Amino acid sequence: MATRRPSDKYVVRKEYNEPIEAPDLTIKSWLRWLWRQLTSMKTALWLLLLLAAAAVPGSIYPQRSADPNGVTLYFRNNPELAKWLDRFQLFDVYSSSWFSAIYLLLFISLIGCVLPRIGVHYKALVSDPPAAPTNLSRLPEYKKVEIAKADLSPAIEFFKERKYKVAVVGNEIRAEKGFLRESGNLLFHVSLVGVLIAVGLGGALNYSGQRVLVEGETFVNNEAGYDTLSPGFLFDTKNLIPFSLRLNQFSTTYDLRNPSNYAKPLDFRAKVSYTLLGKTEQALIRVNEPLQIPNAKIYLTGNGYAPDIVVRDVNGNITFSGPVVFLPQDTNMTSLGVIKVPDAPKQFGMMAFFYPTVGKLKTGAFTSVYPALVNPVLSMNVFVGQLGLEDGMNTNVFELNTHGMKQVAGGKSGTKAIMLEVGQKKELPDGLGSVEFRGVKRFASLDITFNPMELWVLIFAILTLTGLIIMLITPRRRLWVKKTASSVEVAALAKSKDQALGKIVSEVAKAIKKKNK
Amino acid sequence: MNSTVILNPELATVSRLLVLGALTIYSVAFLVLTWSLTKKAAEGKKNASANRLENIGLYLMGSGVLIHFIGVLTRGIAAQRVPWANMYEFSITGSFIVTFIYLAATFFKDIKFIATFVSGFVVLIIGSANTLFYVQVESLMPALQDYWLVIHVSVAILGTAFFMIAAALAAILILKSGKKKFKLLKAFPTVEKLEKLSYQFNIIGFILWTFTLIAGAIWADKAWHRFWGWDTKEVWTFIIWTIYAAYLHATTTRGWEGKKAAWLTLIGFTAILFNFTIVNLYFKGLHVYSGL
Repeated sequence: MATRRPSDKYVVRKEYNEPIEAPDLTIKSWLRWLWRQLTSMKTALWLLLLLAAAAVPGSIYPQRSADPNGVTLYFRNNPELAKWLDRFQLFDVYSSSWFSAIYLLLFISLIGCVLPRIGVHYKALVSDPPAAPTNLSRLPEYKKVEIAKADLSPAIEFFKERKYKVAVVGNEIRAEKGFLRESGNLLFHVSLVGVLIAVGLGGALNYSGQRVLVEGETFVNNEAGYDTLSPGFLFDTKNLIPFSLRLNQFSTTYDLRNPSNYAKPLDFRAKVSYTLLGKTEQALIRVNEPLQIPNAKIYLTGNGYAPDIVVRDVNGNITFSGPVVFLPQDTNMTSLGVIKVPDAPKQFGMMAFFYPTVGKLKTGAFTSVYPALVNPVLSMNVFVGQLGLEDGMNTNVFELNTHGMKQVAGGKSGTKAIMLEVGQKKELPDGLGSVEFRGVKRFASLDITFNPMELWVLIFAILTLTGLIIMLITPRRRLWVKKTASSVEVAALAKSKDQALGKIVSEVAKAIKKKNK
Repeated sequence: MNSTVILNPELATVSRLLVLGALTIYSVAFLVLTWSLTKKAAEGKKNASANRLENIGLYLMGSGVLIHFIGVLTRGIAAQRVPWANMYEFSITGSFIVTFIYLAATFFKDIKFIATFVSGFVVLIIGSANTLFYVQVESLMPALQDYWLVIHVSVAILGTAFFMIAAALAAILILKSGKKKFKLLKAFPTVEKLEKLSYQFNIIGFILWTFTLIAGAIWADKAWHRFWGWDTKEVWTFIIWTIYAAYLHATTTRGWEGKKAAWLTLIGFTAILFNFTIVNLYFKGLHVYSGL
C-alpha cells in the first residue's frame, strides 16, 4: 500500500513535482497541461539556467547601453561580423527580444506558481495540522516506544513549549512548526516581482543627461541645457525641474608624497552654486557624493582642462574666443582638443595638444609628465580648408575631419606646430592671423539623473533579502505522535534538509518514556 | 581637506613575507592532510594515526591562519585602509576569510574531511596572488573612497568563502555518487550527509551574495549615477546569483536533488572564479580595480 502523505508534502500543489501525465487532445486540457508545465518547478529551474546563459554574451560583446563607443569601434573593426551580431541583438542583449522573453516567461512561471500558494498557505495558517499518514514508519524520522496505555501529555507540553501548532485528535497528536518558511518564500518571490515592476517603471519614467561645464559656466535644467539627454519613454522633458547650476571652481589633489602612488588623483572637487526656486546655495560635488536636489541628482563623472584661446585675423578682429574643452588622453592629462574657426576670412581648424606639465619623450615628442598645471604648454597643428559645418560634416566638436584640408603647421607641413605658453601670442602661418593662449580653466563632466522608482526598487530589494533570510533559516517540521494499545509511535517530516529532525523525534520519545516509567 | 595618506612600503614588504610564511605552513598542512586522507581510505575512517595526522594538519592551518591574519592586517596598516582594494589584496584577504570560516565551521559541523581541499585551494590562491597579482601599496582612487567599499566587498568575500566550502563538498558528492568507486572515497561521509552540508553552506553563501548584489547596486547609484547598468562585473554577479537560485530550486525538485544540484554548485563556483579572474583581467568594464 502506498503511503498516504499529507497532500501538500512537496510544494503545496501536487503538480509541481508529480510527473505530468500526457495530455488528452482537447484544447482546454492541452492549455492546462501547458500552464502546468510553465508553472512547474522544473521549468523555473531551466528558465533560471537559460537566463544565466543568456546574460553571458552581454559581457563579451560591447553593449550600446553601457559602452556605446565600444560598439562603434566593433563595427569599425569587424563590419561584417558586427552586422550579423547586431541582427541577433547582441549589442543590446539586455533589452533584446530573446532575453526579455526568457525573463518574462520566468516571471509568468513565478506568478503562476506563487499565486495559488498564497491561498494554500493562508489555509494552512488558519487550520489544524494535517492528519498523520497511515504508515508512520515510512517517514524520514521514526521511533517506536513499547509502552501500553501511555500518557501523551509530555509530548503536548514539549510541542507547546516550542511554539508548535498542536492538535489532539483521538489517540493522535499533530504538531507543526515553521510556517514562516513559506511566508518568507512567498515574500521573496512577490518582492522579486516588485523589483521587476519598479525597475521597468523606473526605466520608463527616469531621465539621465550629461553636460560638460567649464569653470564659470552655468547649466540650466532644460532640454537645451544638456549635451546629451536620454529620457525614458514616459518622461516628459517639460517636467525637468527648473534649477540652474554654476561651476565655480574645480580642483584636484594629486599624490606627491608616495613614490608608488605618485601623481595619482586622490580627490576631485567641484564647487558649485545652484539656484532652485529663487534660492541660491553653495555645494560641493565629489565622486561618490552627488548633489541631491528634489527630482534630480547631479554626479561628477569626469574632468579635464579647457585652455582659453583667442584667434584674431590679420586685421586684429577676433574670430574665435573662449575656453575649449580638451579631452584627457592619459593619466598625466595630456589632452586633445579641436578649435574650429569658421568665421575667419579663410576657414581653418586646429588640432591641439595640451600638456599641463610639458616634458619630452626620448623620441623627441612632447608629453605631459604630471597631471597638474606646473608648466602648461599648448601645441597646435593648423589645417586650412572647408570645415564642412554647413553640410553636417564635422559636427562633432571633438573631431576635426582633415580630409580635403591642407595642413599648414605641424606634422609634415614644413612649418613647426605652434607652441604656446600661458600668456603667449603667436602669428599663424598662411596669413591666418594670430592665436593667443590666455590661460587654463578646468571643466567638469556632470551627469544629471532622476529615477522616481529608485526608492521602490530598494524597498523591494530589501524585502526580497528579508524573505530570503526568513525562508532559508526557518525549518518547517511536522510531527505526529500516535498511541496504539501497546506502543507509541513518533514520526516527523521536514520540508527541507533538516538535520535536527532526528534529534527532535528522539527527544519527544524520551519525554514520553520518562513520564510513563 | 588634505587626503594624502602616507603609505608604508616597508610594512607592506613585511606583510608580504608574513603571507608567504602562511603559504608555506598551508602547503605543509596540505601535504599532511593528503597523507591523512590516503591513510583513512586504506585503513578506515576511524584509524587513530590518520585522525592524528588530520588534527596536525588542522593545527597547522590554524597557525597559518594566525600569521595570515597578521599579514592581512599589516597590509591594511601599510595602505591605511581596508586590505581589499586590488586583486592581490582581495586574494590574500579572501583566502584568509575562507580558511578562517572553514576552521571556525569545523567546531560546529563535521567537515574536517574537506581540509585537504580547503588548504589546497588556499595555497593555489595565495600562490597566484603572490606571483601574478602582486602590486605595491597604493592609495584609493576617488571612486573607491567610500564606506560601501568596506561593506560591499567584505560581504562578497564572505559569501565566496561559504560558496567555496559548499563547492568542495559538492565535488566530493559528485565523485562519490559516480560509477567509479575510488578507494580514496571511503574517507568521506555518505552522499546524503554531503548533500545536507553543502546545502547549508550554499544558503548562507546565497544570502550573502544577494546582499552583495544589493549593496553593490546602492553603491553604484552613488558612484556611477545608476543602480544597475549591466557592467561586466554586474552581469557576472547576476549570472552567479541566477545559477545559485537555480540550485536552490533544484534541491526541492524531484530528479534534481543530489548529483545534479551538486553540479550546479560547481558551475556556480566556477562562475565566481571566472568573475574574479577572467572578468577582472580581460573584460572591459567599470570595475577596473585589479591594480594590474
